[in-house]
Amino acid sequence: MPEQLLFAMEVTLNGLMAGVLYALVALGFVLIYKASGIFNYAQGVMALFAALTLVGIMEGQVPFAHLINAIFGTEIHHFGWHVPALLAIFLTMVVMVALAWAVQHFIFRHLVNQEPILLFMATIGLAFMLEGIGDIMWGAEIKKLDVGLPQGINDWIDVTTLEALGYGFFIDNLDISAAIVAVVLVAALIAFSQYTKQGRALRAVADDHQAALSVGISLNFIWILVWSIAGFVALVAGIMWGAKSGVQFSLSLIALKALPVLMLGGFTSIPGAIVGGLIIGVGEKLFEFGIGPLVGGATENWFAYVLALLFLVFRPQGLFGEKIIERV
Amino acid sequence: MKLTTMTIAAVMAASPVMADLVFPSLSYRTGPYAANGIPFADGYEDYFTLLNERDGGIGGVPARVIECETGYNTEKGVECYEATKGEGALIYQPLSTGITYQLIPKVTADGIPMHTMGYGRTSAKNGEVFSNVFNYPANYWDGASHAINHIQSLGDISGKKIALVYHNSAYGKEPIRTLEELSKKHDFELMLVPVDHPGQEQKSQWLQIRREKPDNVIMYGWGVMNQVAIQEAANIRYPMENFIGIWWSGSENDVLPAGDKANGYKALTFHNVGDDYPIFDDLRKYVVDAGKAAGAGDQVGTALYNRGMYAAMLAAEATKTAQSIHGVSDITPAMMRDGMEALEITEAKMAEIGLPGFGPEFKVSCENHGGNGLGAVAQWDASASEWKLITGFEGSDQEVVQKLIEEDSAAFAAESGIEAGCS
Repeated sequence: MPEQLLFAMEVTLNGLMAGVLYALVALGFVLIYKASGIFNYAQGVMALFAALTLVGIMEGQVPFAHLINAIFGTEIHHFGWHVPALLAIFLTMVVMVALAWAVQHFIFRHLVNQEPILLFMATIGLAFMLEGIGDIMWGAEIKKLDVGLPQGINDWIDVTTLEALGYGFFIDNLDISAAIVAVVLVAALIAFSQYTKQGRALRAVADDHQAALSVGISLNFIWILVWSIAGFVALVAGIMWGAKSGVQFSLSLIALKALPVLMLGGFTSIPGAIVGGLIIGVGEKLFEFGIGPLVGGATENWFAYVLALLFLVFRPQGLFGEKIIERV
Repeated sequence: MKLTTMTIAAVMAASPVMADLVFPSLSYRTGPYAANGIPFADGYEDYFTLLNERDGGIGGVPARVIECETGYNTEKGVECYEATKGEGALIYQPLSTGITYQLIPKVTADGIPMHTMGYGRTSAKNGEVFSNVFNYPANYWDGASHAINHIQSLGDISGKKIALVYHNSAYGKEPIRTLEELSKKHDFELMLVPVDHPGQEQKSQWLQIRREKPDNVIMYGWGVMNQVAIQEAANIRYPMENFIGIWWSGSENDVLPAGDKANGYKALTFHNVGDDYPIFDDLRKYVVDAGKAAGAGDQVGTALYNRGMYAAMLAAEATKTAQSIHGVSDITPAMMRDGMEALEITEAKMAEIGLPGFGPEFKVSCENHGGNGLGAVAQWDASASEWKLITGFEGSDQEVVQKLIEEDSAAFAAESGIEAGCS
């Protein structure tokens, strides 16, 4: 097989894996938008906050330590224990549910029936506030995140493809883990929305708020629920991205990777987020591989948006988005 | 008692009412680059606090640090400059190449000196054109040459393939021209691998490196780009001892997330590493333990804390030089500029400060605002979790670097209508 074709195959596989990571971020946006019509600008910061909380709990870090020390003149930083990863993930989820309640109770409950742009602006405020709280709570230093996920080249794929094709493919074990987690996550989300009472209520709210209200569904509860689920998705994204680069404040910028995915897949579709992520991942990687060297490289950031815009020309609502029909 | 201190103290005694010496700190403690901005800002401020607490200031005049948060954002950096220059700012050190480029015309017009240590516009080394900008002791192009010199010291470089993985910005592109010239001179193949901001996703770049198998990789990165690059290099099992970063890719932050896999990674530096110097005892005694540290005190001795402290030390030494030249202790920005232009750092002076062997010796002049361009190579020891200097401070290829500086500064002078020369 020609060498260039093998390279292209390797790039495509890695593009699919990168796409899964993008989709993990995009999923959080979709969940909240679908249920409440809010474009949650804070989704990237939620991933950061969740990852910071997870590492903080795992390492036994005292939250708000600098603040406590400054006020009381103490010198406490750590509790002196280490929490196992699974328990820490559970405890982080408790924090994310509390955050969901707080967001709903203190912000969005007061903005019911406001213009979408106001809700969007509120999420911008939430993003900055959450970033600040994360800083005060856990500190701004870069933290190593190790929840036991394997990382580095997958030797089996490397050896197998080397023997079969004469060129060993590189696939990162972390990306494989991310793909498995994403499949489980999407299956769980679908099962939740199809087979549970709360899931059906969530779908009802997503379809029509007023109709859902008329049959006795509590919008307040559903919105807390959906922000909690988005918090869980943010935690998963934070773990995957944080394992790559350490947990640090630039994690909030992963939201930039989700925007073209949302444009392409639609803001209201979970399968759209997954398929959109895969298309963006493969598209940008192949473009960088084929065309990048001709134009000086570093094409991925902008090409993802070009690809999304191209799709929008033909399907303004995105690949899986609901067509907007307004009757006059 | 040191002669300089005595002289300054005598001048002090004869001086009228003192104000203070203002050192703005254009820092970034928030945002994506905070993890790097915090230790630098802490080191910068803590050194001045030490001088105030231990020595009563510089030449008897207290130093005042005004901190302004830039978030590593160019617009905010310019706002910080405008907001603080009226306070009597003596020197600016913006810790950002983007902010530096915006401030060059402003500081020149306002007569305030700017020190861009190891960053900024490289050709500012030519003091005949850039009267108010200084970039001693080394610059980006020196760094590129140091990396090539180090690779050469390990074996014949001719015919080798060397990749430059760089932040796709004005900063990251700085070494390209130097490396192109050096590749012609030493007959190695240069492979350019740009990474877009912020650099969280670098799979394409490292797949390319895995395919093309460069013998060495040089990195000009900042922030998350560094951590991801080192992790990806480990993932493809690229030999870490062949991977060398510029000084902005050489902090503990960059290597710790990759754990043991980062062992052997190299980075350039223009100052020494660790905290085994007498000055740190004083810093702990007078600043950290006294509860007067700018931060939590947990960054003391890290690469970027040391760099911030070193930057403050050079500013303080330039202040002393200015006080000596002009015979007053409450100096103006113009006097500070004179002090910087006459600055001489010797090993004796470094030892006196409590930093023996910490940095290279150099001398600044009107023609040369960049010092001698000396740099060293540090290597990460993951088991000890510390950087170790593996070379001494060595020179760069001035035959290549100086020629490029003259070309670039001449072009700047022509487009800005500056008449080059020393008055």
